[in-house]
Amino acid sequence: MTTLTLAKALNEGMRKAMEDDPKVLVMGEDVGKLGGVFRVTDGLQKDFGEDRVIDTPLAESGIIGTAIGLALRGYRPVCEIQFDGFVFPAADQIITQLAKMPLRSLGAIRLPVVVRIPCGGGIGAVEHHSESPEAYFTHTAGLRVVACSNPADAYTMIQQAIRCDDPVVFFEPKRRYWDKAEVDTSPGEGDWPAFDQARVARSGADITLLAYGPMVKTCLEAAAAAEEDGRSVEVVDLRSLNPLDMPAVAESVRRTGRCVVVHEAPVFSGYGAELAARITEECFYSLEAPVLRVGGPSTPYPPSRLEEHYLPDLDRVLDAVDRSFAF
Amino acid sequence: MTADASRGAQAPPELVQLLTPEGERVEHPDYDIDLTPEEVRGLYRDLVMIRRVDLEAVALQRQGELGIWASLLGQEAAQIGSGRALTEADMAFPTYREHGVAWCRGVDPLNLLGLFRGVNHGGWNPAEHNFHLYTIVIGSQTLHAVGYAMGIQRDGAVGEDGAATIVYFGDGATSQGDVNESFIWASVFNAPVVFFCQNNQWAISEPLEKQSRIPLYRRASGFGFPGIRVDGNDVFACLAVTRQALKNAREGQGPTLIEAFTYRMGAHTTSDDPTRYRVQDELEAWKLKDPIERVRAYLFKNQLADQAFFDKIDAEADELGRDVRRRCLEMPDPEPLEIFDHVYTEPHRLMDEERARFAAYLAGFESEESSR
Ligand SMILES: Cc1ncc(C[n+]2csc(CCOP(=O)(O)OP(=O)(O)O)c2C)c(N)n1
Ligand SMILES: [Mg+2]
Repeated sequence: MTTLTLAKALNEGMRKAMEDDPKVLVMGEDVGKLGGVFRVTDGLQKDFGEDRVIDTPLAESGIIGTAIGLALRGYRPVCEIQFDGFVFPAADQIITQLAKMPLRSLGAIRLPVVVRIPCGGGIGAVEHHSESPEAYFTHTAGLRVVACSNPADAYTMIQQAIRCDDPVVFFEPKRRYWDKAEVDTSPGEGDWPAFDQARVARSGADITLLAYGPMVKTCLEAAAAAEEDGRSVEVVDLRSLNPLDMPAVAESVRRTGRCVVVHEAPVFSGYGAELAARITEECFYSLEAPVLRVGGPSTPYPPSRLEEHYLPDLDRVLDAVDRSFAF
Repeated sequence: MTADASRGAQAPPELVQLLTPEGERVEHPDYDIDLTPEEVRGLYRDLVMIRRVDLEAVALQRQGELGIWASLLGQEAAQIGSGRALTEADMAFPTYREHGVAWCRGVDPLNLLGLFRGVNHGGWNPAEHNFHLYTIVIGSQTLHAVGYAMGIQRDGAVGEDGAATIVYFGDGATSQGDVNESFIWASVFNAPVVFFCQNNQWAISEPLEKQSRIPLYRRASGFGFPGIRVDGNDVFACLAVTRQALKNAREGQGPTLIEAFTYRMGAHTTSDDPTRYRVQDELEAWKLKDPIERVRAYLFKNQLADQAFFDKIDAEADELGRDVRRRCLEMPDPEPLEIFDHVYTEPHRLMDEERARFAAYLAGFESEESSR
């Protein structure tokens, strides 16, 4: 066991992947000497060289487009998009090429490319540095979309993403980068939870909170607070958004009969809509209340002085729990 | 307001040409080519064969057998010349119009027809012939080519026996961000890549001056690598210039931009109507520069081929046309459930779930039918 921040756990995971497989490359803006603006790639260039840890020109489409070419040549590029709001210049390469090229080749091509995106708000940043663009990518067939929420998952999931033969969009909760936890780096791949498996982060009997990435911690805090009111709240960390571990979700919701989905992204047309619809279809007769959603307002992310009002917090989650029980 | 770039649209003196439209060999101070009669006849055969496939495909589209077809008519020399410059280890990244390059790489033309017929979105294995899939989004493939070239560098495969990539794109594509980004990347990383721009003067209905006020090949200098304009209807010159650029790339001298000055003699695609935006005189002028006629004239004048040879090639081309047609018509439609295949490489539960549900839905019709 070692104590690692989430950022360091990602760093260690990438380091391990690079040691295990010489085809693994890291590329992005400032990932070399600086170690990335969040230091997630700290020290990698020093140890693996400039050919494997590539400081790229400032062009996101170029990063993903050339990563595709490198993957075609047998490499496994891990691309860092510096901030969520800057993935859009690369959206074309991600959506029209990365996601679809394997199918276009009828399976002859594999594109094991990881697109790492620090996501979400809460760090007092300027515009474009606090967004949650996951639904754009979960909507795109051909991509796997995952979100880690804690150091232990960060360590294993980044390695699984790199080993995966499909392209993976990997969301990292930037305001949790500095959260520390004990990470056991000794179990091998065979003992890790499956890459597309959800995890019950806290067991409960009365209501299920579904969350991923930065909101898992918020939900755990809400669950602890609710317990004081005598409510037993289960928190499921989805981990994988596409594919979704629907059996795990359905099992939990059937057991509790109530469900609240929590994400930072705007509620309207957000990922929670997919969850609510699926749960309604699969758990209809077990539901005591409609699935409720907690998320950002359907506005652009606000200036940072307002972000505490925009972001779902413990009170907003508990309010939704109350509303669920009011049915 | 549009910049006056009319000078850019005309063949300037710096155009590399080794074979005139009349079939005369001419010298160029920097480029030369030494071809055996056999090789020249081979190039002629390539040109004729691919034009015949193209013609057949247009006919098949007219008869409703293809959804659409992008004709290469007029661009045969640019594609065969550059395509024949490639070694086996080199990798080519095409647009949707590189039927001539596909031919050179040994890709069965039926694969190309399959895409335009709508049985798949490509379907060939790029690694098999080192010919990547057709790319429809304008310019995207330039970045893939540069990335691939960076892979060649990391494999240590730069050097005399090394490999290079070549990427094809049009004049219109030069305005895309991806193309410009790919120039920057190739330059900064000194990637072994040849940018082969077929300036066919048109991007659907937009003439070159909507894309650039300077000749396209000159763009390269701003990015820090050489650019060169070649007569795109001269198969000798295209071969010579591309060969040199590939050699430079392989040997670690980095990228080159080649602008093949040519003309799209047909419509943009079978869905297009060029009479709405260009005049017939322009086409007539370019017909005099036909890429096949000049090789034929050269072979004839120099007594490197006789009538029997030309007849033989024509017969072979007709046979190829018939063969492509027959096999196109025989191409089966894919099964509905194939929609779910190959979306992901690894098992994916959503695909499994939706495939099963769709299968059950389809099976419902079958049992309905059998109970009738
Ligand atoms: C990104 C993108 N925008 C628009 C189109 C539609 N489109 C297809 S071909 C074409 C013109 C391309 O012109 P050029 O690059 O000169 O190539 P050419 O067709 O002349 O070979 C356009 C606009 C497209 N395929 N991709
Ligand atoms: Mg054009």
